[in-house]
Amino acid sequence: MTTAMSSPPLLAMRGIRKSFGAVWANDDVDLTLWPGDILGLLGENGAGKTTLMNVLFGVYSADAGRIEIAGKPVVIRDSADAIGCGIGMVHQHFHLVPRHTVLENLMVGRKGRHGRLDRAAARRRLDGIATRYRLRLDADALVGDLTIGEQQRLEIVKALFQGARILILDEPTAALTPQEAEGLFDALRAMSREGMGVIFISHKLNEVRAVTNRVMVMRQGVVVAPETDPRKTSERELAELMCGHELTPPVKPATEPGRVLLRLSGLRTSGEGQRGLRDVSLEVRAGEVLGIAGVSGNGQRELADVVAGVLAPSAGTIEVDGRPVPRPSPRTMQELGIGRIPEDRLGTGLVTGLPLSDSMVLPWIGRPPFSRRGVLDRGAIRAFVEEQMARYGIHAAGPEARTGTLSGGNLQKALLARELAHDPLVVLASQPTRGLDVAAAEFVHRRFLDLRGRDRAILLISEDLEELFALSDRIAVMYEGRIMAVLPIAEATVQRVGLMMTGVSEAA
Amino acid sequence: MRLRLERREHTPAWFGLALPLAAVLATLVLCAGLIVLAGANVFTAYASLFLSAVSSKFNLVETVVKAAPLVFTGLAVAVAFRAKFWNIGAEGQLLAGAMAAAFVGAREGMPDWSLVPTMILAGAAAGALWAALPALLKTRYKVDDVVTTLLLNFVIFYIMTALLDGPWKDPLSGYPDSPDIRMEAEFPILMRATRLHLGVLLALLAAPAVWWVMRRTTLGFAIRVVGENPTAARYGGHNITAVILVTALLSGALAGLAGVGEVGGLHFQVMAGLSPGYGYTGIVIAMLARLNPLGVLPAAFFFAVVVTGAESMSRATGVPVFLADVIQGTALISMLVALLFTNYRLRVVGSGHV
Repeated sequence: MTTAMSSPPLLAMRGIRKSFGAVWANDDVDLTLWPGDILGLLGENGAGKTTLMNVLFGVYSADAGRIEIAGKPVVIRDSADAIGCGIGMVHQHFHLVPRHTVLENLMVGRKGRHGRLDRAAARRRLDGIATRYRLRLDADALVGDLTIGEQQRLEIVKALFQGARILILDEPTAALTPQEAEGLFDALRAMSREGMGVIFISHKLNEVRAVTNRVMVMRQGVVVAPETDPRKTSERELAELMCGHELTPPVKPATEPGRVLLRLSGLRTSGEGQRGLRDVSLEVRAGEVLGIAGVSGNGQRELADVVAGVLAPSAGTIEVDGRPVPRPSPRTMQELGIGRIPEDRLGTGLVTGLPLSDSMVLPWIGRPPFSRRGVLDRGAIRAFVEEQMARYGIHAAGPEARTGTLSGGNLQKALLARELAHDPLVVLASQPTRGLDVAAAEFVHRRFLDLRGRDRAILLISEDLEELFALSDRIAVMYEGRIMAVLPIAEATVQRVGLMMTGVSEAA
Repeated sequence: MRLRLERREHTPAWFGLALPLAAVLATLVLCAGLIVLAGANVFTAYASLFLSAVSSKFNLVETVVKAAPLVFTGLAVAVAFRAKFWNIGAEGQLLAGAMAAAFVGAREGMPDWSLVPTMILAGAAAGALWAALPALLKTRYKVDDVVTTLLLNFVIFYIMTALLDGPWKDPLSGYPDSPDIRMEAEFPILMRATRLHLGVLLALLAAPAVWWVMRRTTLGFAIRVVGENPTAARYGGHNITAVILVTALLSGALAGLAGVGEVGGLHFQVMAGLSPGYGYTGIVIAMLARLNPLGVLPAAFFFAVVVTGAESMSRATGVPVFLADVIQGTALISMLVALLFTNYRLRVVGSGHV
């Protein structure tokens, strides 16, 4: 709070209440944002952060409460009202038009004078914003050609372009390299110096501590810590505030890697440019976590799809536990013991519109005890799902609850339960803790280490370097479909891995 | 003050029944305006529309007989839509089934006892094959199934017309009617002095059978998963192409059975006016039933009442029979609007609130 307290806050939300059915997603929540603030908003999944931000951005209408901007009460009924109030929001998923240029994307939804778009003025404004906040962008580049980091920069610029004084960032660093994340923090600090306010939502507590000047913690719809100094509070203390009980970090005991459970040799896929595998060879041994680092879009998805049996490689071989797999398919890979925790929980894993029980037996429905000769055994399915729900602590209204109503952490637990219940030899996990809170992420990590201790192999694809360094025995770095290097964890540093992620080879 | 839609987290269970009822109610209110325009009393008109169809045992049986093909086409659409195979072609599959039944039923030299079962099998197979064509185009070449299933209705209609004007034309009268099926091929009558035939019983049994397949078998499971999330189904080891093909075969077979019943139990021949759009009404029925096979039964009965009742309403009040078509169309739109409320709620936003 560098600015004088006498001037009104940029934003004041008072007594916000919002219920969904019998659950109070927000119960009497206050939030104050002063000019120059970078406020970290923390909470587990389902704590009410997103609801609060959706109320602020006009997605939901609150049941009670009021919002003041610069001391004046305002009514925000939709996102247009919010933008009119100087509020900008950068979602986890971008809302850009890939086939348009950067400049054109900025002009979407802007009314030109006399029905004409003023390109020259827009270009001047873009230049102004770029220099002021160090958010460089090529105005004429096609958005589809931008990296994820650049697209996010464009989203921020778009908000500033629309006159935002208050910027909401939801998990902004999830898909960025460490270097890109640093660049983002520089821009946020520049905004802070200009007297703007930023609300920063993240599960990465080290980043929250690095960039924010105040932290507000929510739990189960209420504010449990309205005013925490991130510099005087450790990551562990923040995490414990979020989940309301003590946390102990999982320990990684030493193991002796055993036989090779998954061997990939010379894999290629026929994707275009960086979107394909180029001669990928890897081995994952029993009792080992092999981490795959890389900026998203450098072949990780293709690698996961090949191992899952969904994508046929154009060259190369796959061996599971010493046996070659001549014709991989999702079914054969499952039967050979590949468990799959997909990146996209709801896209390729579970089925939002169906009951949880259906989602949890999806790959196994064709065999006993879930079905016999094509006829389902509802009792067996229900018993299995109830057992797993109890075992993994999956919170849902019941086995028949619609899958889409579960929170992210519970969805991930459901997936883990489904894939691990059949004792896989190799677990293929992509971004297994993305969007999960600390307690849920630790739960996932504990399961992986437990599997590692039971001589299973884990292929861990992640963009979260902290996670990779905590779990991996070796880290392979992918860039443009190639494996840049495979480093034993003792030799890997964030600096080395980060550079390789951008394509800088050490040999060169 | 204004209204806005907000996503709802949970859909109350009683919505399953309330939404179709609300849609029907809204339809009747909307169509009341047309009755007034036609110069009739709304209550008299609706009274004759709904009561005549159930006023006597004879009328009730006639309504049930009318409902039989609607049950089959409703089931056909309900099964297909579950897999998001947009089968708008139940009408054409019905005609394919009817033609196959008429062909088999008129064969000399087959044992008497084998005629009815062969007609049923041939009709189901013909409908299934006619539905397999757009399914193959969809799975193999990604051709839009809405377009192909719809357009194939016209293709088979003109094939039928060509047959009726050519090889099947009555050589004596010159009418475009196919030859009558043999006496032994006619469906048995289940209640004396009525037209309650075997096809009605089959329709009544088909609904719970289809419900069982959809709820209690791995096939039904696969159909639902493929419809809800084909990507997750594929990653989970299900063969999407095979599931869509089997769905199409099942859907087409059900629609084909609608045609078999009309030929074997009612008309004993194929003629141009065989189906007054049963295949299209099946879409409205399936939607009103929220794709639940058991819900198809009351929904089909409702439309059978509307269709048979429209005649007597017209006689009694002078409102044109076309009101029946308007009710069908309005019911579909009302139901689509009502389905919005399974995922959204309407909120009144006052100016005092945030």
